[in-house]
Amino acid sequence: MNNRRLRRGFDGFDWCFLGIILGIVAIGILSIHSVTPANPSSGIPIYLKQSMWVLIGSLVFVATAGIDYHKLSRFSYIFYGIGLLLLVVVLVAGKSSRGSQRWIPLGPLAVQPSELVKIPLIMALATYYGIKHRVGWLQRLVFPGLIVLPGFLLILKQPDLGSSLSFLSIYIVLVLAVGVKSRAFGLVVLTALLLFPFAWGGVWGSLHSYQQERILSFVDPNYDPGGKGYHGLQSRIAIGSGELLGKGLYGGTQTQFKFLPEGHTDFVFAVFAEEWGFLGVVVLLAMYAGLFLMGLEIAGKARDTLGALIAVGVVCVIAFGFLVNLAMTVGLAPIVGIPLPLMSYGGSATIMTLAALGLLLNVKRHRLTLT
Amino acid sequence: MLESDQQANELVDIQSRLILIKVGLLLLIALLGLRLWQLQVRDGHEYQEMAKDNRTRSIVLEPARGLLYDRHGQLLANNVPSFNLYVSLEDVNDRDALVSELTTRLHFSEKDLLAKFKGARRNATVKIKGGLSLKEAAIVESHRLTLPGTFIQPEYQRKYPIGGYASHVIGYVGEISEAKLKEQEYQGLHQGSMVGQYGVERTYDKALRGVAGRELLEVDALGHKKQSISVRKPSAGDDFYLTLDIRLQRLAEDLLHDEAGAVVALDPRDGEVLVLASRPSFDPTAISGGLPFAEWKALLNDKRHPLTNRAIQGQYPPGSTFKIVMAAAVLGSRAALGTDELMCAGGFKFGRRTYRDWKRGGHGAVELVDALAQSCDVYFYKLGNRMGIETIASYSRQFGLGQKTGIDLPSERSGLVPSADWKRRVKGEPWYPGETISVSIGQGFMTATPIQMAQVVAATAMNGRLVTPRLVHAIRKRGTGTMEAVEPSSSRQIPIPPAVFTQIREGLEAVVTKGTAKRSQSSLVSIAGKTGTAQVVALRSGPEKDIPKEFRDHAWFVAYAPVDRPTIVVVVLAEHMGHGGSAAAPIAKELIEAHVKFTSGGDLDQGEHEETSESLLEHGPELANDE
Repeated sequence: MNNRRLRRGFDGFDWCFLGIILGIVAIGILSIHSVTPANPSSGIPIYLKQSMWVLIGSLVFVATAGIDYHKLSRFSYIFYGIGLLLLVVVLVAGKSSRGSQRWIPLGPLAVQPSELVKIPLIMALATYYGIKHRVGWLQRLVFPGLIVLPGFLLILKQPDLGSSLSFLSIYIVLVLAVGVKSRAFGLVVLTALLLFPFAWGGVWGSLHSYQQERILSFVDPNYDPGGKGYHGLQSRIAIGSGELLGKGLYGGTQTQFKFLPEGHTDFVFAVFAEEWGFLGVVVLLAMYAGLFLMGLEIAGKARDTLGALIAVGVVCVIAFGFLVNLAMTVGLAPIVGIPLPLMSYGGSATIMTLAALGLLLNVKRHRLTLT
Repeated sequence: MLESDQQANELVDIQSRLILIKVGLLLLIALLGLRLWQLQVRDGHEYQEMAKDNRTRSIVLEPARGLLYDRHGQLLANNVPSFNLYVSLEDVNDRDALVSELTTRLHFSEKDLLAKFKGARRNATVKIKGGLSLKEAAIVESHRLTLPGTFIQPEYQRKYPIGGYASHVIGYVGEISEAKLKEQEYQGLHQGSMVGQYGVERTYDKALRGVAGRELLEVDALGHKKQSISVRKPSAGDDFYLTLDIRLQRLAEDLLHDEAGAVVALDPRDGEVLVLASRPSFDPTAISGGLPFAEWKALLNDKRHPLTNRAIQGQYPPGSTFKIVMAAAVLGSRAALGTDELMCAGGFKFGRRTYRDWKRGGHGAVELVDALAQSCDVYFYKLGNRMGIETIASYSRQFGLGQKTGIDLPSERSGLVPSADWKRRVKGEPWYPGETISVSIGQGFMTATPIQMAQVVAATAMNGRLVTPRLVHAIRKRGTGTMEAVEPSSSRQIPIPPAVFTQIREGLEAVVTKGTAKRSQSSLVSIAGKTGTAQVVALRSGPEKDIPKEFRDHAWFVAYAPVDRPTIVVVVLAEHMGHGGSAAAPIAKELIEAHVKFTSGGDLDQGEHEETSESLLEHGPELANDE
């Protein structure tokens, strides 16, 4: 029966959904192409690599969209368990770079489990709430918290502040979505507030000095343009100097002359904004907003709690990356090192995001089927 | 309630709450949009400017400094390529490490380095050392990695190929000081710019240094050049042909040899300075290349003051050479006629003191010509006393004493013409008539520089035309390539009748033919002159050679030649060399003879082939000390 429905093809909603995704991905590759050498002295050009990741991600997308999410949810805990295991492997045998251990080397490639584990987490939490009705704040709040906690701590330990916050955001948004009894929630918030100073000390202390500096420099970025606030300032110069109409493709001086660091990864949005100006930015923001609204639309029409929560979780993980990445590139948040979903270069993140979007389509396409 | 109902309720619950998430999300996206509007539209222009600043660098293209030649086109100063070491502080993370690397690898002084870094802005480019040796350049190039931010820039370095001659006239160049950078005259220069610091290099710095060019570059974040946006070429400085005759200058300095002293030779007709020598000297090439601090300090503290230009800064009692001015005062004020005879019995009793003549027993009855020829002191004691200090001072000033001559060199000194007024003002004491008597023979408070005495002699030789000495013969404009003659020196006429000068010149001729400077008599050319001895300490005992050198008298000789149509004035001052007739006069004679040979061209050279300028240079100084 499922198969029969799938064979019936895409409706207008689906095409629109796919169109936005492809559009954003294409913009991302174009921007990457603009800042990285098209003919590097060694290896494959980065924009081609990113195209390859998108291709692989599309295959994964087909898989996560195709296999009924109810079937997938049966393996949620196992997937999540494997994910946690990978996070442990990273800490033990991972590859270090700039003071943090985030990658598992895999031949010529490197896998970033903190990205990949986000989908099993969404699945696991959605499954937890979806299997049966959870009652009381212990079941609704604390137990799922215990599911999130090991992953959160393992990622924080790498340390990868951005990903660990993303992890936390999935939990918070899903808890908000299912709702908790206000008294219980208030209690947790109160406890959290009381524990905050200690937690802050612990979290702050566990950060690397460069992370602390990044956060500190966020307080006053103009203080030292050559030093800690440099990335943020150069990013804002790139974006701002794009003005209304932009400098045109390949015309961004900030990015072409490498004043903007990490133009193909965390600061890819600045590259786009410099080249395409405010008009381009409005279009891009509209595309992301459309994507999120469609995701929430899918959640709203989901057949069951499992599907709804999967959809909310997927929108949450992508929107969190989008909001935090943009906030840091425009100077509204500290530079915590979060890629822009669908645009930043990176295999693990691209594949994860496309897989998550596949799940979203999955939920939409199975909403009318009967079990 | 059934489990499935509960689940269904839950779903409705969740889906009803989605609107909150939707609104929250859209609000956040709108906030980002607002921020982006702020950055790109409201402040976009500002960020555009910042982006421009980011990617453009402006590079100074140093102009070639104008060259210096002597009057015959002999090269005195040029520019040679040299390697200079710079540090771009923007690219230095650890200054201490860099300093220690530079001191251990290249043996630079840590103190010098720290001083250079200290004043610089944090993103400045600092010149560490000019004129790197090939070995040093090789060390820097091979230790690129441990010397971050350092780079070698080929530039021009000032070189003075005549090897330490005429150093005080030519001067030297050096990096501009912080204080000067702020002055109007040095506008457009930057830290590390080379400017004239001394001599002609300093006086004519503005014309010599030219105008710097500028290149606007587009660079990337690593400072690598992407493309040139605009270039304004530098325009080189003008070339200067000095009035010096470097052959005479060398001869003069060689004749002074190791002795401290000064020689000035100028053309009395137009004030062109042919020789302006001062010994001891210094190596301007070394100083221009940037002396290490210790060596510079040693030079400054040298007891023999090699950096002092004695010809224009040395203020000496003119001694008996002042009798030229005295003679003009006597005749001009009609204190006596040239034919009036005064008795010299070897001393002049005034008050309780007797002022001695240099010759025990005196000269007998002398008139003006004899008084000059024999340098009779008593004659001038008496007439000085008769005229009084104010008349002497007034005539002295007429001859330019007590004022700078206005020669085109920095830091000229004015000497001193004492007067009652001066003494009251400066010393707070009245003038004593006895002091007038000392001044009458150029002693006491009276001082003059060699260049001033040259001006006095020139005026005497030219019937009272007082001409300003000058050092520039012609200028070749680099912009047009044309030679430009320099405007004639300013001059003024001393209001004394020509007959007075005729009588004085008669006396000066007698000095050489039968007086105190018979040693300077030449078979080649007729010379007139006046000897002088400047007392260093007032009271002495015993013969000259028993006195420590630093207390011995300075020897003066001033002269002009030929006597009928003077073309050269020579002043020689030899410090602590005793009497002018023996120590200074032979130097003047040799210079005058050389000058005559050079200017008369082939005629004389044919007769004396071996007596070239080269062989003249080999003559040692014939400084006798036997008088």
